[in-house]
Amino acid sequence: MRTLADLSPTQEGRIHSIDGIDGLTQRLSELGFTPGQSVQVVRFAPLGDPMQVRIRGFSIALRRNEARRIVLDPA
Amino acid sequence: MAATASHPSAPLEDPISHSRTSLERRYLIAVIGNPNTGKTTLFNALTGLSQHTGNYPGVTVESALGELTIEGDRLLTVDLPGTYSLAPRAPDEMLAVSVLLGYGRDIPAPDAVLCVLDATNLDRNLYLLTQVLEAGRPVVIALTMMDLAKKQGIIVNVEALQRQLGVPVVPVHAAKRVGLSALKLALRHAIRTPTSPPPLIRLPEAVAREVDGVRLSLARGHRELPRFLVERLLIDAGGSIEQELVRQLGGDVATTARAARDRLASLGTSLPQVETNTRYQWITQTVAAVVRRPFTTNLTGTDRIDQIVTHKVWGLLVFLVAMGLTFQSIFSWAAPLMDLIEAMFSALGTQARILLPDGPLQSLIVDGIIGGVGAVVTFVPQIAILFGLIALLEDSGYMARAAFLMDRIMAGFGLSGRSFIPLLSSFACAVPGIMSTRSIDNHRDRIATILIAPLMSCSARLPVYVLFISAFIPGRTLWGVVGLQGLTLFVMYTLGLIVAPPVALLLKRTLLRGEPVPFLLELPPFKIPAWRVVLFRMYDRSLAFLRRAGTIILATTILVWALSYYPSQSSRAEEFQARRATATPEEQARLATEEAGIRLRESYLGQAGHAIEPLVRPLGWDWKIGMATLASFPAREVIIAALGTIYNLGNEQSEESVELRGAMQAERWPDGRPVYTPVVALSVMVFFALCCQCGATLATIKRETGSWGYAAFTFCYMTTLAYLGALVVYQVGSRVLG
Repeated sequence: MRTLADLSPTQEGRIHSIDGIDGLTQRLSELGFTPGQSVQVVRFAPLGDPMQVRIRGFSIALRRNEARRIVLDPA
Repeated sequence: MAATASHPSAPLEDPISHSRTSLERRYLIAVIGNPNTGKTTLFNALTGLSQHTGNYPGVTVESALGELTIEGDRLLTVDLPGTYSLAPRAPDEMLAVSVLLGYGRDIPAPDAVLCVLDATNLDRNLYLLTQVLEAGRPVVIALTMMDLAKKQGIIVNVEALQRQLGVPVVPVHAAKRVGLSALKLALRHAIRTPTSPPPLIRLPEAVAREVDGVRLSLARGHRELPRFLVERLLIDAGGSIEQELVRQLGGDVATTARAARDRLASLGTSLPQVETNTRYQWITQTVAAVVRRPFTTNLTGTDRIDQIVTHKVWGLLVFLVAMGLTFQSIFSWAAPLMDLIEAMFSALGTQARILLPDGPLQSLIVDGIIGGVGAVVTFVPQIAILFGLIALLEDSGYMARAAFLMDRIMAGFGLSGRSFIPLLSSFACAVPGIMSTRSIDNHRDRIATILIAPLMSCSARLPVYVLFISAFIPGRTLWGVVGLQGLTLFVMYTLGLIVAPPVALLLKRTLLRGEPVPFLLELPPFKIPAWRVVLFRMYDRSLAFLRRAGTIILATTILVWALSYYPSQSSRAEEFQARRATATPEEQARLATEEAGIRLRESYLGQAGHAIEPLVRPLGWDWKIGMATLASFPAREVIIAALGTIYNLGNEQSEESVELRGAMQAERWPDGRPVYTPVVALSVMVFFALCCQCGATLATIKRETGSWGYAAFTFCYMTTLAYLGALVVYQVGSRVLG
């Protein structure tokens, strides 16, 4: 299963689903992490975590742990 | 009620809205929007009231009120905290929802809602709008960042957008005052001829049916709950709306909602997902119809800056320089101003001492009130400078990058990158540090940061360290390079830093336990900070400190003054009166300090010092150290003046005073051993490093958390920690070093 955390900087993927049902799932969905939406990894922070991603035209930082919950369509 | 009753989603008089008397009716406008949309800048431009705005999510924690005048109508306007959604999880989101639905404390339901949308970010901004429309209040839209959109090649068809949304859309540029009069007209129209906006989203039929069913079964008499409220009740299981409804209507609300959710579980997807997917389906279609985006995106200015400030080498370098400057500014730039203020109050005290006759009134005014006000005012330069810098960092967009860089380290303590600046600032002074925790969006993280901030070694501890190190730590050099005195100072500074992480972890696992907080931090585009924002922020924060924390600090100072002055024994006073009458002018001064010393020893504070002696003996202290420490609980640096008074040296002692050092070095136990040994000095310093001897900090904690509980907790845990630390140092140290 490929997740957002598996992408390298500048790589792009299409969201399949978000794993689990909790506050994080809902928050991510509200921000526009919805099935079918493409998302790009911009960079990782100098200490390796968190990561900056671009989605629907804006930049957001999230930790790898959270990115692992975002399942992508197989490449 | 303004809404048309025929509409299916029109709000009816619901049990939670406030009743309003028609006599004092004033129109109310609520301003709502995502963080970083320029919402607060627009609010300022409309109300003419300078309000602080930030480029960092969650700056507007308290809602600000302003007044907007449209052709003679005075409209009360409330600036709600920036939020991405109306599904409330954090307290600031709950505030937005309760104001919108009309059950905010002291605020009636708004007559119109001004929703601010960022043109460069329409997808995410429209999400909030679709929810706002369903609350059923008349809505007007302000479209911001149109110039930025143009620069990025994004073209928004405003007319088409307005047709799709069914409510007025007004493009504005608040800083240039473009579009403001059109916006005011639209708002006036919305209030004069109120209409409920048509709902744009239809949740799947099965969900709609359950919502109808719950509304019917929870109806009281002929009143049904607003549709929007029931939808949120079902979607946000265990959320703030459910809690509020259970509180008002009883426990069957939860049972009814749970039954409906269970029936809907057969849909396969979770209810929150159904909501977000339905909304975003509509949004994707709408945006495709009204927005034209360039086919390829060029690197923007923000991208180029980000390449540097988040770079592995340059990024950390920029960060270190920025933090170094911030720290330096509160540590040393504020110092001359603080010295000036101190000198002014000291001169004022001297004048007052000359003008007023000897006695309790003179002492109250000079030592209690002037001393107390002075103690409050000396904090202002630090607060103003720190908040000026923080405003610069936030408004430019850099603050979010700093949090991005530091998150990995802070995550190790169970906190997030947002806690870094408050903790760093606390090394200069915990008061501004604690005040700056407002930008931490998660409540539990914010409380944990507030509770450990006073452990950072603040500048008021420095004089205490300097006094004890210079008097009792030998000026030897270890291994030819490391000075023992410097090393001791370094250890004292790092002590708090070593203790704070485990305390934070412990707090997050016990008192502040809860669902792990996701770290989702928007990295907004960089912009040039607005000077007015920066200056207002400095003014606003300083004033807030003076007003709220200042009164408490003044009160504690006067209390401690009273404890160290009373009971005044008239026989003593008469005795000194008689001795003064026959004394030479040179003896006068000596008599005055002797009297002050005796008065202090016999005061309630002195009695307390004797009373706690058994408690401080295991730390290696005598009752005089115990009493000086007690006296310094309102402000730790007071210990120097208190020791000066105890050893009859007069009031004006500084940490460099040779006289005081000599008196302390000469102090002996009854059996002739010196009271102060290097181990005792270490024990005192460790106590001061870990103890929260600062009335200003406790007052600030109370103000920022809204409860004395957290202030009391901080005081207790730090005092315990300090006592144990000093105990271990003395007991182990005296056995090892003899």
